[in-house]
Amino acid sequence: MGTALDIKIKRANKVYLCGEVLSGVVVITSKDAVQHQGVSLTMEGSVNLQLSAKSVGVFEAFYNSVKPIQVINSTIEMVKPGKLPSGKTEIPFEFPLHMKGNKVLYETYHGVFVNIQYTLRCDMRRSLLAKDLTKTCEFIVHSPPQKGKLMPSPVDFTITPETLQNVKERASLPKFFIKGHLNSTNCIITQPLTGELVVENAEAAVKSIELQLVRVETCGCAEGYARDATEIQNIQIADGDVCRSLSIPIYMIFPRLFTCPTLETTNFKVEFEVNIVVLLHDDHLITENFPLKLCRV
Amino acid sequence: MIYFPKYCLVYKHVCTYTSVTDAPIKLFLYSCFLRHPRSRNYTSEFDSCRLEAVPVEFGDYHPLKPITVTESKTKKMGRKGSTSSTSSSSSSSMIDPLSSVLDGTDPLSLFAATADPVTTAANTDTTRKKRDKDDSLVVGSDFEPWSSKRGEILARYTTTEKLSIVSALLNDFGSQKELLNLTQQDYMNRIEDLNQSLKDAWASDQKVKALKIVIQCSKLLSDTTVIQFYPSKFVLITDILDTFGKLVYERILSMCLDNRGSLPDNFTPESVNDTAKETCLNWFFKIASIRELIPRFYVEAAILKCNKFLSKTGISECLPRLTAMIRGIGDPLVAVYARAYLCRVGMEVAPHLKESLNKNFFDFLLTFKQMHGDTVQNQLVVQCVEIPSYLTLYSPAIDWILQCIAYRAPEVLLTEMMERCKKLGNNALLLNSVMSAFRAEFIAARSMDFIGMIKECDESGFPKHLLFRSLGLNLAMADPPECDRLQILNEAWKVITKLKNPQDYINCAEVWVEYTCRHFTKREVNTVLADVIKHMTPDRAFEDAYPQLHSIIQKIITYFHDFSVLFSAEKFLPFLDMFQKESVRVEVCKCIMEAFIKHQQDATKDPVILNALLHVCKTMHDSVNALTLEDEKRMLASLINGFIKMVSFGRDFEQQLSFYVEARSMFCNLEPVLVQLVHSVNQLAMETRKVMKGNHSRKTAAFVRACVAFCFITIPSLTSIFARLNLYLNSGQVALANQCLSQGKIGVCFNCIIILSCQKTEYYYESHKLHYYENILWWLFSDFSFVYVYRRINEAHVVTF
Repeated sequence: MGTALDIKIKRANKVYLCGEVLSGVVVITSKDAVQHQGVSLTMEGSVNLQLSAKSVGVFEAFYNSVKPIQVINSTIEMVKPGKLPSGKTEIPFEFPLHMKGNKVLYETYHGVFVNIQYTLRCDMRRSLLAKDLTKTCEFIVHSPPQKGKLMPSPVDFTITPETLQNVKERASLPKFFIKGHLNSTNCIITQPLTGELVVENAEAAVKSIELQLVRVETCGCAEGYARDATEIQNIQIADGDVCRSLSIPIYMIFPRLFTCPTLETTNFKVEFEVNIVVLLHDDHLITENFPLKLCRV
Repeated sequence: MIYFPKYCLVYKHVCTYTSVTDAPIKLFLYSCFLRHPRSRNYTSEFDSCRLEAVPVEFGDYHPLKPITVTESKTKKMGRKGSTSSTSSSSSSSMIDPLSSVLDGTDPLSLFAATADPVTTAANTDTTRKKRDKDDSLVVGSDFEPWSSKRGEILARYTTTEKLSIVSALLNDFGSQKELLNLTQQDYMNRIEDLNQSLKDAWASDQKVKALKIVIQCSKLLSDTTVIQFYPSKFVLITDILDTFGKLVYERILSMCLDNRGSLPDNFTPESVNDTAKETCLNWFFKIASIRELIPRFYVEAAILKCNKFLSKTGISECLPRLTAMIRGIGDPLVAVYARAYLCRVGMEVAPHLKESLNKNFFDFLLTFKQMHGDTVQNQLVVQCVEIPSYLTLYSPAIDWILQCIAYRAPEVLLTEMMERCKKLGNNALLLNSVMSAFRAEFIAARSMDFIGMIKECDESGFPKHLLFRSLGLNLAMADPPECDRLQILNEAWKVITKLKNPQDYINCAEVWVEYTCRHFTKREVNTVLADVIKHMTPDRAFEDAYPQLHSIIQKIITYFHDFSVLFSAEKFLPFLDMFQKESVRVEVCKCIMEAFIKHQQDATKDPVILNALLHVCKTMHDSVNALTLEDEKRMLASLINGFIKMVSFGRDFEQQLSFYVEARSMFCNLEPVLVQLVHSVNQLAMETRKVMKGNHSRKTAAFVRACVAFCFITIPSLTSIFARLNLYLNSGQVALANQCLSQGKIGVCFNCIIILSCQKTEYYYESHKLHYYENILWWLFSDFSFVYVYRRINEAHVVTF
């Protein structure tokens, strides 16, 4: 087994806000005493941008604009070169999450074309004979609560054949009348998206009604940009031919890591939308789109 | 060889008895035959011997506090044929490890629960009072648990259609595979496999795989392709969900362990550490992202209890949300079972949250019309399922929901529920569930209303015979108003008698017989029996209905203890004739005989009873063959003996003897019966002697000789040598006492004893019965026939002095 490195972050959920102190312990376990050239701990935060395959050719000119952006980076030497005793050694550490100037830490976000990630890396350098040991561990940054009161912005909607766009043969559509509302499109990220939907009538049987959460990621800058919308998750709220005129709850929890407060910077943007997708039995697919604004309070 | 000192002792002892008069013999015989047990009231005796009881308050700890065994929902016992009981310790600090392992089906508590209904009822009363003081956070044992329902559902909803299962787990994740053409048994095995692999995955720390299995399983619940099997499928799959819920809960609970030990049962979220909370939260996030509605609903419901780790109000917020979520389930059958599941976990976790239960039912009523909608109808046409049988698939779920609602609910609520059901058209299904779930007293008080409603129901909908059956079950347990009783019976039977299908008919009739027996006389019961015979005889329909017919007999003999009344009902014996399969017939006869022995107070000579019971006993006796087990024989013989003992013609001794003669010829295959007969005849002889005060007239002497002759003819046919010896001795003594010296039979008798003894001498020496036979011999030696005996012994060259 030899020597093992482990990083234990103090908070069980590993969530820290900008300005707080990230603390924890590095645990080194070994049966024998360990000779080493020093143990260091690095905290790193970066935004990785990627272009989708379809836009690579078009945006090669702006290739530079998509290189990783370093948000935070600092290293501390935890143990000077020497020898660690056998058994379990715990070395506590603390990192203040401070930004220079009035810059802020972006919230952790795992997306497709945009990734904002924070890691702690512990390195133990060793002599030529033994391999260096490394252990990385992700921690999560939440942006500080936004000031000011969030105004709820309820939306009512009705979906009928007449309200649809992109329809080839409107005449062949079965008749339906679906109405509902979202309690707010300004959403608090820790609270679910809620609302109601009523199938007042539908000629064709309903097969399924789904909520599709979509991320819209934009990379680039003023000269040119790539904007891609991809699905984060799809939550079915109705299965089968639901009872008419009976309200069905719209309810979706925003997944952690895959969502963050709506973000707009000079180099990239992360936005979210929700689609209400109604599938009818004759394979008609009806979608209604709602842009969302996520925030943390 | 012979142990003399003991002989001497015995000798002295015996001499004192025999040398003076024959009085001691008489005494001995009387004490043998005329012994009747003193009637005793064990309960009061026990109470009087016991220390005075000091009541222990509910919360108090006492190490010896009794485990209260309460019958769970007594009213259901008769109805479902399945008894269930839960034993719960009222002392909160003591958990009975045995009963907790057995999960409420402890067979011993079951006995205890059924054995003494009086004390049980008393127990339930006192515990209920105590419980009411306590907050209603736990479901009491008077709530019929799900476990008692599941078996019944599995047995009732079966299919011969082929089933299919879609599983992504059979090979590696990702690739789906559909297994087609599974029989019901295969399907059940598959699900059991999944259950096992869930446990394995969990044990090997593959939590994600475990979750995937559970999702796969709950996905099966959205499939209604073999709709008749759906209720059973629900039972099987919710078992897996329960396992999962328990695993997750216990895992998180174990994370809460710290140096103070485990959390108490009523912990608060504040005492849960962050790691446990985070793990719990992760589960909820993971489940919230399940794509499909039905698995998301079921898995979240399965771990509902885990909300306790996160917040105090978690469950009370979750339940209404999950209730609303079910509205998204389009198929009404799938939806109603989802509601039943939610009510079930809701009752387990937070029985005080009644609103969600009610909301579930009201939501169900809102979607009630869907059952008759096109989507459902088309599906039924495809699967060739009739509407009545489709509607019965709903019953277990609705019954369960209503049972949860009705549990300790105020009368007002029940009335409101009933009114709501009334308002809906075509509500037979609801009516039926109301009758199975609500308190019997509630239903019984409104019997006439119900009959009216049942009559109004649509013929093509829910089967009417089931409605009448449900009503009958309630009436068997609670009494309707006095004035309505006859009318109820007439109204109900008018419908029942018109049922065409014998199975439907008998299921209904079986239930209503109890009501009839409870409130009416022989005349009405006789009419009912006649009607049953009329319906069940054509095409030998009774052959498929033995259990129901048997149960009818049982109900009748529970209510009619006077056998002269019972047998004078002219249809009773013809009814018995319907039991043509021998094994069933014997069972029924046994029941009747047990009831007779239990309830008949005085000896009887009623020719009606004698005739009928001789017939019954003969049936039992004739069932004995070479393959009959010893135990069975013993059982039958003791029943017949019980009957023989209850027959008395008073001073008409000759009649009595001729009865014994007849009995001997009838029951010659059962030795214990022959033994009993010999004893009875000996007793009869001694009785005669008593009447004549020891001086026989010519006539009585002849009679006594006849008795003795009876014995001497009967005894040799016994195979057991001990029985023979014993009876020879007894009969010999009786003969002596009655001065039947001339007969020479005494000689024969003692001769036989000696020969028997000599043949078996070696054996006797080895046996523990040695002393007993020494007694016999010494009694003989001391007798006046000593010389004779002595000579015989010498001839036998066995014992020399």
